[in-house]
Amino acid sequence: MLDLILFYFFATLAIVSAVLVVTRRNAVHSAIFLITALLATAGIFLQLQAEFVFIVQIILYVGGIMVLFVFVIMLVNLDVTLRQMQFNRGWLVGLVLAVALGAQLAYALFLGRNVQLTGPAGGELSAQNTEQVGQVLFQNYLLPFEIASILLLVAMIGAVVMAKKRI
Amino acid sequence: MVPTSHYLFLSLALFTIGVVGVVTRRNVIIILMSIELILNAVNINLVAFAHLWKQVSGQVFAIFIITDAAAEAAVGLGIIIAFFRNRETVLADEMDLLKW
Repeated sequence: MLDLILFYFFATLAIVSAVLVVTRRNAVHSAIFLITALLATAGIFLQLQAEFVFIVQIILYVGGIMVLFVFVIMLVNLDVTLRQMQFNRGWLVGLVLAVALGAQLAYALFLGRNVQLTGPAGGELSAQNTEQVGQVLFQNYLLPFEIASILLLVAMIGAVVMAKKRI
Repeated sequence: MVPTSHYLFLSLALFTIGVVGVVTRRNVIIILMSIELILNAVNINLVAFAHLWKQVSGQVFAIFIITDAAAEAAVGLGIIIAFFRNRETVLADEMDLLKW
């Protein structure tokens, strides 16, 4: 019971702030609401016994990426864009198409509501979530991990090169 | 114990809101934020299935997706800064240098 209440609390928080992210005029307000949505998602992760992903979400997303976003919003001049139209000319078409896509996916989920999924057997989520994640990450997924680090290096160099005034 | 379908529907709702943001907004920064919303919806799915099957691989993939999101945000915001310096705009439909 408490699980469901917590889930609905976090889910409502996430959805309401996501809607506000998309509809607010001021990009700073959008960023603040995106932070709320990300924190609510972090709560969902905690409920799903993913403590490491929870803390990574807070430190990396809320502490890192969102600070970067707010920084860039301050760098680009917002006063001009605030007075301009916020939505595309074809926004209604886009909205209808996106909602149709969502309805299709919801219908697919609804069709599969009675399917019994069979996953890989013998899994166990231990209480030491961080150790377990670390073991799987460095034993089964060592190559993807190294590729991800190369990707981060490339992204870092690319961001520096592009944001530089004169190369 | 919350059924897994609840998480799937939450993820679906966040994904749809993100797609709406990407296709309707003009401000490029808000489009990037909507992409972050979409990536978060994917993460909820992965972690929910990791919990359903008691496999930790889903959480590892969620971490990879967060890494990708960080890389994408860094490069995207770099592009926005470079473009704003040249054209003085952050609106997506005014970025039409390649359009004749």
